[in-house]
Amino acid sequence: MATVELSHITKKFGSVTALNDVSFTVKDGEFFVLLGQTGAGKTTTLRVIAGLEKQDAGEVLFDGVPVNDVTPAERDTAFVFQYYSLYPTMSVYDNLAFPLRAPGRNLSEAEIKQRVHEAAERVRITHLLQRSTRNLSGGEMQRVALGRALVRRPKIFLMDEPLSNLDAKLREALRIELNRLQREAHSTTLFVTHDQIEAMTLADRVGVLREGVLVQVGTPREIYDFPATTFVAKLVGVPRINLYNAARADGMIRVPDSTIQLPAPMHVGLPESFTLGFRPEDVQITPDGDLSGQITLLEPLGVETIVHIRSGRQSLLSTVSGIADFSIGSEVRYRIVRERLHFFDRKTGRRLSLN
Amino acid sequence: MAVSTTSAPITYATRVDKVGARYQFTRALRIAVVVLYATISLIPVFWMVTAAFKSRPDVVAIPPKVFFTPTIEGFISLLTKRVLLPPGMMEEYKQRTDLNFAERIMAERGQRITGPSQYGQRLLNSVIVASASTVLSVLLGVLAAYAFSRFNVPGKGDLLFFILSTRMLPPVVVTIPIFLMYQQLRLYDTHLGLILLYTVFNLSFAVWLLKGFIDEIPREYEEAALVDGYSRLQAFRKVVLPQAITGIAATFVFCLIFAWNEYAFALMLTSERARTAPPSIPTVLGTGGIEWSAIAAGTLGFLVPVIIVTFALRDYLLRGVTFGALRK
Ligand SMILES: Nc1ncnc2c1ncn2[C@@H]1O[C@H](COP(=O)(O)OP(=O)(O)OP(=O)(O)O)[C@@H](O)[C@H]1O
Ligand SMILES: [Mg+2]
Repeated sequence: MATVELSHITKKFGSVTALNDVSFTVKDGEFFVLLGQTGAGKTTTLRVIAGLEKQDAGEVLFDGVPVNDVTPAERDTAFVFQYYSLYPTMSVYDNLAFPLRAPGRNLSEAEIKQRVHEAAERVRITHLLQRSTRNLSGGEMQRVALGRALVRRPKIFLMDEPLSNLDAKLREALRIELNRLQREAHSTTLFVTHDQIEAMTLADRVGVLREGVLVQVGTPREIYDFPATTFVAKLVGVPRINLYNAARADGMIRVPDSTIQLPAPMHVGLPESFTLGFRPEDVQITPDGDLSGQITLLEPLGVETIVHIRSGRQSLLSTVSGIADFSIGSEVRYRIVRERLHFFDRKTGRRLSLN
Repeated sequence: MAVSTTSAPITYATRVDKVGARYQFTRALRIAVVVLYATISLIPVFWMVTAAFKSRPDVVAIPPKVFFTPTIEGFISLLTKRVLLPPGMMEEYKQRTDLNFAERIMAERGQRITGPSQYGQRLLNSVIVASASTVLSVLLGVLAAYAFSRFNVPGKGDLLFFILSTRMLPPVVVTIPIFLMYQQLRLYDTHLGLILLYTVFNLSFAVWLLKGFIDEIPREYEEAALVDGYSRLQAFRKVVLPQAITGIAATFVFCLIFAWNEYAFALMLTSERARTAPPSIPTVLGTGGIEWSAIAAGTLGFLVPVIIVTFALRDYLLRGVTFGALRK
């Protein structure tokens, strides 16, 4: 186990800047999730850490020691790849044993056998050990891939969207298992995903990556409650956050083309025009709400219902728990929780810190 | 607790699109075409095999005999040197009791065996030259192909084109310069000379063919091995090679067939010591006239090794010659 630090890493592929001055630290025993959309540079980050790709600038440090000239083999990381994770010509057992048989590890076959079985048990694939990898199901393959990472005790686990090729049910099951494995082993893990639910549920801390730039690092709660930019605000949270261009006048916040208006907070520093955000769960439908609108759509999900409300020419989302018995077209009154408003700069999208 | 869930293979016969009358008909048509083609291309082979077992009068009989009494005269003529017995000595020779099986047969034809022919030696030369050059081509080819496939070799495109361009002119064009060069270098009539030459010719082919196969193997596999604690070379050996085996087998067979069949250079660049089978078979002249059955027997013996290798590698070849287009 170790800490892994990236310091001002830049990586270009020709004219594409895959990573632009990225710095963050994965602490010892921490589950760090890098969240970003496709092409954000997530895989590139992992490859730089594993030593498969050499950064153009910056340093990677393991336990404070730069590893720039250390080979992938000596870096001692375990990499679960996004695709093609298993050696197709080997059985499941041999796949698990392969890292242990690496020259320099000098383990006896008996020892290897024991460790393979241990790892197989932890990811529940003992019954698959003698199978060839060819006709495993997607879920089984990903378990084997995880097992292959677990079989030795590397400095850091690097996982590149290991759950992304699975169907929803399986993904959920494996997510829970990953959570359990991490809790048992307390291994330093850097997990990459484009799925905000995985990020929120698994992470000790999340780093949000956008077009090669690290936008925000924080606990899931910090990311959710204090998104650094409108991009982060939109990236996390389902259903998505309500965002509007808004203006401040006469001590009130108004959203143009709608009846939404709220008293402006007493803070200084709020410009006249800005981007206003509030999450659907902070739009509370109650008979004594001070705002009103018309219901245009209902999405009953079971646990909650997403209510689409129209206000003037704007629409906003609200959630109510359970299956709500509203009817489409009816008028509702609602209230927006004042303490949980988000303000962003209109131009840069950055969060405005009001004090 | 072994819960093994073996997934049943798809039985294609039950696929809906494969039971219709139309499908059945086109299938029958396809089979008919293949059978016809196979028959036509097998006629020369059949001709050769029968000729090898025919006696001297049978082999030149017109119309050709399909039914005949097989004899191994041809094989004996191929493998031996003989002299014609003067008519006076014939009876006396035939009476001798120490004649072996082969000598007895040849005595019937009025010939006395004086010793073994060079055919065995030449076939052995062929085996040495073809296998050494093939192994060398595939070995160097797979390493070069891997490098071209995975690394930023400076001037990669130009190099690959240059390698290909060695195939662009007909080999015969360069036989004279090579002949002169080989005499200077003392490579004339040596195994090494032919091995080097065939390797050069096969290498371009091997590099291009193998590069195609290696390009198709995702590099994640080797990278996983690198991260797992292996060096580049070990990863190549343990992870890439097993996956490239079809391509290697296909390349191997192609190179082998080229080296095995090569005629022009072998004729020009060898005389006694290193002469291979192809240029020597047509020169099996008998005592008085062309020994057709000996030539047929020689060609038959020449075919057998390639057939064995091709047959041994046929599973790989089927996927190999379709250049990876046909998967499992
Ligand atoms: N070997 C390469 N050559 C050229 N460009 C590359 C290479 N690898 C990555 N890139 C580019 O760098 C950027 C970041 O790629 P990366 O694979 O890190 O994205 P990602 O976040 O992992 O995306 P995804 O979610 O689709 O896997 C992309 O624009 C990609 O096209
Ligand atoms: Mg990726």
